Amino acid sequence: MKPVFQYTKGMTEVSTSYCPGCTHGVAHRLIMETLDEMGLLGKTIGVAPIGCSVVAHQFMNVDMCESAHGRAPAVASGIRRVHPDKVVYTYQGDGDLASIGMGEIMHAAARGEKFSTFFINNGIYGMTGGQMAPTTLIGQRSTTCVDGRTREQAGMPLKMCEMLAQLDGPAYIERVALCDPAHIRKAKQAVRRAFETQLAGKGFTFVEFLSTCPTNWGLTPPKAMEWLKENMIPYYPLGVYREVE
Amino acid sequence: MAEKVLMKGNEAFAEAVIRGGVRFYFGYPITPQSEIPEFMSRELPKWGGRFLQAESELGAVNMAYGCGAAGGNAFISSSSPGIALMQEGMSFLCSAEVPLTILNASRGGPGIGSIQPGQADYFQVTRGGGNGDYRIPVFAPASIQEAIDILYYAPALADQWRNPVMVLVDGLMGQMMEPVVLPEPKEPLTSADIPKVKPWAISGSEKGARSVVKSLRLQPEVLEQHVEKLFEKYGRMERELQKVECTDIEDAEVVFVAFGTMARLATEAMELLQAQGIKAGLIRPVTLWPFPYSAFDALTDKTRVVISTELSMGQLIEDVRLGVRGRFPVKLIHRTGGMLPTSLEIVDKTKKILEEVR
Repeated sequence: MKPVFQYTKGMTEVSTSYCPGCTHGVAHRLIMETLDEMGLLGKTIGVAPIGCSVVAHQFMNVDMCESAHGRAPAVASGIRRVHPDKVVYTYQGDGDLASIGMGEIMHAAARGEKFSTFFINNGIYGMTGGQMAPTTLIGQRSTTCVDGRTREQAGMPLKMCEMLAQLDGPAYIERVALCDPAHIRKAKQAVRRAFETQLAGKGFTFVEFLSTCPTNWGLTPPKAMEWLKENMIPYYPLGVYREVE
Repeated sequence: MAEKVLMKGNEAFAEAVIRGGVRFYFGYPITPQSEIPEFMSRELPKWGGRFLQAESELGAVNMAYGCGAAGGNAFISSSSPGIALMQEGMSFLCSAEVPLTILNASRGGPGIGSIQPGQADYFQVTRGGGNGDYRIPVFAPASIQEAIDILYYAPALADQWRNPVMVLVDGLMGQMMEPVVLPEPKEPLTSADIPKVKPWAISGSEKGARSVVKSLRLQPEVLEQHVEKLFEKYGRMERELQKVECTDIEDAEVVFVAFGTMARLATEAMELLQAQGIKAGLIRPVTLWPFPYSAFDALTDKTRVVISTELSMGQLIEDVRLGVRGRFPVKLIHRTGGMLPTSLEIVDKTKKILEEVR
């Protein structure tokens, strides 16, 4: 009998520690399934961030290291110097990448570092319990803006794809959403394009996943998916922001 | 026997680590060690190595962590305020047991301070600086040749212990020139060798079990076990790495304790006092951690006073007191802020101290 579905070898058989309805699991699987399909599992080195996904190395079945808060792009730049022929990626949340790690991501992108960054944007600090992130939307509530973020008090949310697309270093930048099967399928195509572009040696590649955090948003998993679609996609438009031929 | 060449400190330090097998350098300019990134950008590619100018000291130490975790022999250098930024990474490297060679050309502080030589970072380098229970061996050479010999051996030492190793110098040693003999270059580790030589490294290769380099241990009992394992290693380092040079201490009435640049001045002061008939000796710790406390056990009843001579308001003196264990009075002769005493100034102050204790 021919199997119609098999669990990817890219994921370990450990149950993830993520909350019900969190899209970390979906993003993990898209990345690891793609590496598996491309035959790259034994040739890949990943870097986990600080945040809920600091433990990503328990689930992603490749050589991995943790990194200090925000420093994953610097760590990946160091790995890249030692192993120029391997596939290297970082996996980072919005606090890690767009707040404390802004310097590292911008410079790695400007240098055209040949690794891929997968950016999980759920507009909130998950692991520390729901504080305002640099990507928290205006009006969105968090434990450090309980009445909703205001422009006057906290300024405006950061749009990372748009900012990075201003640089000459990146080779491929796309924003995708993990809110329904159609969008998830598109997200997987973006992951594949990022790895293909990296393998072609064209430069830095970046995929932003609009993601959910039902626990800290105070929503059920289905409602969180709807909230993402209704609120995040209008502010963070989907699509390819940069592609170098 | 290789011939002697005249070299500037900073360039000699960089040449020594390359000859010791380092092929990756990550740096950010800061006085008084900026010749090192300059030298590395020029010279490292000739050896098949890679140079990368980081966006900050935070970037540099984390690039070095990635490089070391991936199995490469990395080197970083900076000076006091830059080292402060790098210490987040040093704590991380110790926990994750990733090797790294570090050079610290210390300057006057606190704050931005001055760019002149200082030793006010003694606590910074021997007492942590980064968070948590960790230790880094710190070597304090007093000549360019000694710095070369230590830096040549440091990458292998870092690999052996899977721990960062620091060499502490200052701007004076970086800027001065001395005749030196350079050691024979070692064979560097290639990327292809890494999975065999360092199976723990994240090399992205099929080698049976996958590698994970990490420092997070959320369960307290697991973290406790890990830190205890680290301290078993640090205990062995304390026994095996301690290094000290003692001169004329057996019958000395006054014993100086000094390291690095200050040890050169203290040596001169010791010789001037000896020429005047005053029995003076010197304990020069070569390792600041592990500190050679037991060297003080060799002091005899002839000793009247032990003088910590340092370029700070008195930091080394705390380890001197721990070594002396109350057997003799401990005094301080110091300058700070980037100022150096002359050897005559040390002699005069020593004579006054001797009058007090006699």
